[in-house]
Amino acid sequence: MYLLVCGGTGCRASESESIVENFKQELENKGLQDEVQVVTTGCFGFCEKGPIVKVQPDNTFYVQVKPEDIPEIIEEHVIKGRKVERLLYEDPEKKEHISDSKHMDFYKKQIRIALRNCGFIDPENLDEYIARDGYLALGKCITELKPADVINEIKESGLRGRGGGGFPTGLKWEIASQNHADQKYVVCNADEGDPGAFMDRSILEGDPHAVLEAMAICGYSMGATKGLIYIRAEYPLAIKRLKIAIDQAREYGLLGENIFGTDFSFDVELRYGAGAFVCGEETSLIHSMEGLRGEPTIKPPFPAEKGYLGKPTNVNNVETYANIPVIINKGANWFNKIGTEKSKGTKVFALAGKINNVGLIEVPMGTTLREVIFEIGGGIKDGKKFKAVQTGGPSGGCLTEKDLDTPIDFDNLLAAGSMMGSGGMIVMDEDDCMVSVAKFYLDFTVEESCGKCSPCRIGNKRLYEVLDRITQGKGTMEDLQRLRNMSNVIKDTSLCGLGQTSPNPVLSTLDNFWDEYVAHIEEQKCPAGQCKDLMKYEIIEENCVGCTACARVCPVGAISGERKQTHNIDTSICIKCGACIEKCKFDAIIVK
Amino acid sequence: MAKIKTLADLKKMKEDLQSKVDVRERSNTPESYVQIKVGMATSGIASGAKEVMDFLIEALEKRNIEAIVTQTGDMGYCFAEPTIEVTKPGEEPIVFGYVDTQKADEIIEKYIKLGELVEGIIPVNYQVIDEDK
Amino acid sequence: MEKVKLTIDNKLIEVEKGTTIYKAAKELGIDIPVLCYMNLEDLGIENKPGGCRICVVEVEGRRNLAPSCSTNVEEGMVVHTHTMRVINARRTVMEFILSDHPKDCLTCAKSGNCELQDMAVKLGIREIPGQEYAEMSEYKVDFSPSIIRDLDKCIMCRRCEMMCNEFQTVGALSAFNRGFDAAVGPAFEMDLVHSTCTYCGQCVAVCPTGALTEKDHTRDVINALSDPTKTVVVQTAPAVRAALGEEFGMEAGTLVTGQMVSALRRLGFDHIFDTDFAADLTIMEEGTELLGRLTKHLSGDKDVKLPILTSCCPAWVNFFEHNFPEMKDVPSTARSPQQMFGAIAKTYFADKINVKRDDLVVVSIMPCLAKKYEAQRDEFKVDGNPDVDFSISTRELAHLIKEANLDLNTLPKEDFDKPLGESTGAGVIFGVTGGVIEAATRTAYEVHTKKKLEKIDFEELRGLDGIREATIDFDGTPIKIGIAHGLGNARKLLEDIKSGKSEFHAIEIMACPGGCIGGGGQPLHHSNSEILKARTRAIYQEDAGKPIRKSHENPYIIKLYEEFLGKPMSEKAHHLLHTAYFDKSKKIEIS
Repeated sequence: MYLLVCGGTGCRASESESIVENFKQELENKGLQDEVQVVTTGCFGFCEKGPIVKVQPDNTFYVQVKPEDIPEIIEEHVIKGRKVERLLYEDPEKKEHISDSKHMDFYKKQIRIALRNCGFIDPENLDEYIARDGYLALGKCITELKPADVINEIKESGLRGRGGGGFPTGLKWEIASQNHADQKYVVCNADEGDPGAFMDRSILEGDPHAVLEAMAICGYSMGATKGLIYIRAEYPLAIKRLKIAIDQAREYGLLGENIFGTDFSFDVELRYGAGAFVCGEETSLIHSMEGLRGEPTIKPPFPAEKGYLGKPTNVNNVETYANIPVIINKGANWFNKIGTEKSKGTKVFALAGKINNVGLIEVPMGTTLREVIFEIGGGIKDGKKFKAVQTGGPSGGCLTEKDLDTPIDFDNLLAAGSMMGSGGMIVMDEDDCMVSVAKFYLDFTVEESCGKCSPCRIGNKRLYEVLDRITQGKGTMEDLQRLRNMSNVIKDTSLCGLGQTSPNPVLSTLDNFWDEYVAHIEEQKCPAGQCKDLMKYEIIEENCVGCTACARVCPVGAISGERKQTHNIDTSICIKCGACIEKCKFDAIIVK
Repeated sequence: MAKIKTLADLKKMKEDLQSKVDVRERSNTPESYVQIKVGMATSGIASGAKEVMDFLIEALEKRNIEAIVTQTGDMGYCFAEPTIEVTKPGEEPIVFGYVDTQKADEIIEKYIKLGELVEGIIPVNYQVIDEDK
Repeated sequence: MEKVKLTIDNKLIEVEKGTTIYKAAKELGIDIPVLCYMNLEDLGIENKPGGCRICVVEVEGRRNLAPSCSTNVEEGMVVHTHTMRVINARRTVMEFILSDHPKDCLTCAKSGNCELQDMAVKLGIREIPGQEYAEMSEYKVDFSPSIIRDLDKCIMCRRCEMMCNEFQTVGALSAFNRGFDAAVGPAFEMDLVHSTCTYCGQCVAVCPTGALTEKDHTRDVINALSDPTKTVVVQTAPAVRAALGEEFGMEAGTLVTGQMVSALRRLGFDHIFDTDFAADLTIMEEGTELLGRLTKHLSGDKDVKLPILTSCCPAWVNFFEHNFPEMKDVPSTARSPQQMFGAIAKTYFADKINVKRDDLVVVSIMPCLAKKYEAQRDEFKVDGNPDVDFSISTRELAHLIKEANLDLNTLPKEDFDKPLGESTGAGVIFGVTGGVIEAATRTAYEVHTKKKLEKIDFEELRGLDGIREATIDFDGTPIKIGIAHGLGNARKLLEDIKSGKSEFHAIEIMACPGGCIGGGGQPLHHSNSEILKARTRAIYQEDAGKPIRKSHENPYIIKLYEEFLGKPMSEKAHHLLHTAYFDKSKKIEIS
């Protein structure tokens, strides 16, 4: 028998270590140390109810276990085989105790649809994909369904584009199918450009066939025989696995001429991008594939009318495609029961930042930010306080405490001042300066703007400059007014999605952290203590013994004072290198 | 490899493949294989998954343990890379995180050989869609 | 055509489907400001990248403002062009643009004629918030013989890029860098001299700011005129007289030949001559060459190269040297009128007035920027002394005239000097597309058929279509003539020749839209194609009013051959009036 004790940061804070100790002690007392093994595990992702103890092999799940509960668990469960009812998880709705963790709602927090095969199959072995229903959906589509039926199924499913826009996928396919041309193209956007996002890369690396299969299904539905995957050259492993997958699929006859003995033919080629963020925008992406400058053009015409080489083209991102085979296999009605009214299915997020369980998760639409951050994500690192979460990549907004219970879907995030984006989710804690955060994102968009339209090319730069001055303590209250106006105009007038969203971090931090901006300006203070220019080093008189260690280490001679007398820092010279603090043994120097 | 020419071909192939896997997973016989999957996405490889995989293959062979070591994609636990999933015959798969060669050695010696759990287990906290078929 | 009904500023309007909001508003008399947008109707030239975002308007039901230049109307659309939201957005965007634009209007070549300046006035910009700490783009200024690029002033309107790539298919200019550092220029930020640039100057003609300007030679001209040891001769190209008046507030299409001559005389030029004279000379040489090749061809000679291509446009010469070097023996070897003039002035005329070559300065007034480059080509120099010393544009001449406190409106009309100032109507029409070939036809017809031309006007050769063709009956022999203006159109004809599909006997090519009247050195048309049409009319008007309208009838040309050259294509003529072309396709290197 095993006793698994959660060793996640959240549970550790709530005494999981003494639980392990008590277990070991108690087992020894009972002479059971050889029969029962106590193991600390990683986070169960249920920190709210921590510390967690799981008993195996019977899968019993105890929540909020205290060190003093240990003798009872040993006595009742381990020795007598009776579950300790009061420590079981209580279903909040049914008010029933649940012992088997597999039946807990908690396990339904994550449903893996797009990631269904990631981490399960060998991505370089087509047999493993086939063993898990691979290419069944394609087979079903082209031998049993009419193209219009396939489109209807996707429309019915309610699937919306996972790349950021949230456009209904079925509708997109339908438009592309209605535009007639001698050649049409199915394009997969694998130009994942958000900093910190790696959902698409993981899918391509873990389950490349899912994307190929979906592209072929799309090709069948819209009447295209050519597929192109636009992938950034910085994803060598994904490229390698895609190449292997394409070769294998061709070898098996699942790509190429007359698939499944029908007259449907489809093949896929790779196109490499240089990793420009703006090339995630579909018109830019198409221009880049055509060998032109990667910059957007005004829509309409939409790619579905005039896309790659002027032909009708459907562009979806990797995650969108990864959902398709499941929808076909399990049916639109299975899929559309997951999620919220207007956002169906699941969403993959790349959790990053000041969160314990950094990683890739997939949750049904409608999951709250709180569940994602505090349960699945294991809460904030080092027991710090949650401050904000940035969703939607560099052009999303920062959401705060008040938004934590907002169910995540396309429309709610937009209403809250952020966006779904492609699925980056960066968590910030009390040590993060929100002005600096906004500046960080603007720095990114300034770098990644293509330069075609003036508000994005110049406006973002000006936003950055104002933010930079605020972090240096040179801002004015009028600057805040200007920031807001510039942000609104950039959003209102930019040509493509990049500029239309790039001021979001500024606007959302202005809305949610106004006081922090004001503190930088009026008090010349960074409340999070991040802005170097606003820091002041000071010597606390009562702690200073006059040892002269700080004065000797100061590289610019900013510290003066007689031996055995209180020293003094000349802040006009100080370069805030921190050397004095390191040297001081008496905690006499502080940063204000 | 012969081409799959019909949907029936594919279904047949799938069943064959599945039963192979099932035999491997469900049998309780001692001679059956231990199955180890190593998360070999970019994040895994960057944290040393390739080394771990090489070590596992070599060590298992040296110690005469019949096992199949395969690569797989991202399991999602990027905070605990490299991650591996070990399935002993007739048992639930267990995911271990932060696996370096030393840890891999410990997993072989304690868990695979003796059935003792070792530190570093990552509890799986998601639903797989096949479960509610 | 399907119609669409919509409301703009509470006015109902019905327009054709596919019309933009901007055009629909224009029909209602609503003036939506545009900056990057440019449209030369009738020439098929339209630039609408939707980049500047000045022309944004509010469309009910849309989340964001829409660029009116590139948003098509839709049934039932409700548009507001001047709400406070729009006005604020326009002003803010303009502040953005100006925050990255130098404020050296005092010395900028475009000052007073700058679309950006005008827009700043229109949008009431008085200060640029945050200018003190706004970083500005910095590029090194690129000096070429014809064009100066100061990209600090580039606003990414992309007009030059569109002209260079789509209209001219030269491909010398394209956007480089990303984001804030983006600008338009040759690939790898090369200098123009290392690019495929033909110096046609169409980029300069459309640039709304001072980012692209001509290389100014007015200082050199002042120096020459101030030097008592120099005899300064000036020649004026035909297209100049049809456009110069615009710089003095005259209506487009006003002919100012006489006033221009009188201004030049007052500026102190010693001899005021006409490039039209040299144009007549060109017809003699080129026409003879054409007839020579044609006669051989008609008599069955398979080696003769046809069609013959005109060679008076220097941008066009640069174009085929860069792009079709394998065909460099196809165009006529006749030098351009500017260079023929220079060669005759510095030999025949210098001898006549007994001035040493080195003391004679030849200035040309051209509608063109490529002429500046042409004037300094090595093959047009004798011991380092160029046949044409300085070539200045129509715009530069206007500056000189204004600087001298002269006003074309009040100056009397005067005549050119003799002998190189006398010209025919045929010389005049060199200034418009189709004019050179019409002039050549007038002469070639009479020489070939030995008959007098009944009707001098060849209407079938005129017009604004990019590529035109006509068959002229040379007394029983049908002569097929092709005409292209715009190098993109020229490329099409050249590709046909290359692939053997061309059936033309002669082709005229002009690099600029409408011919020289639309040249890169002309007063800025500010995307009003009516101006180009008015200039065209003025040229034909000048032609119609000339007593002599056929080059071979010019008495001074006849005299020149008698006294000096002998006959067309003579050895002397060959030496002075013809040239050879070079393969420049490999000269492109990265500096």
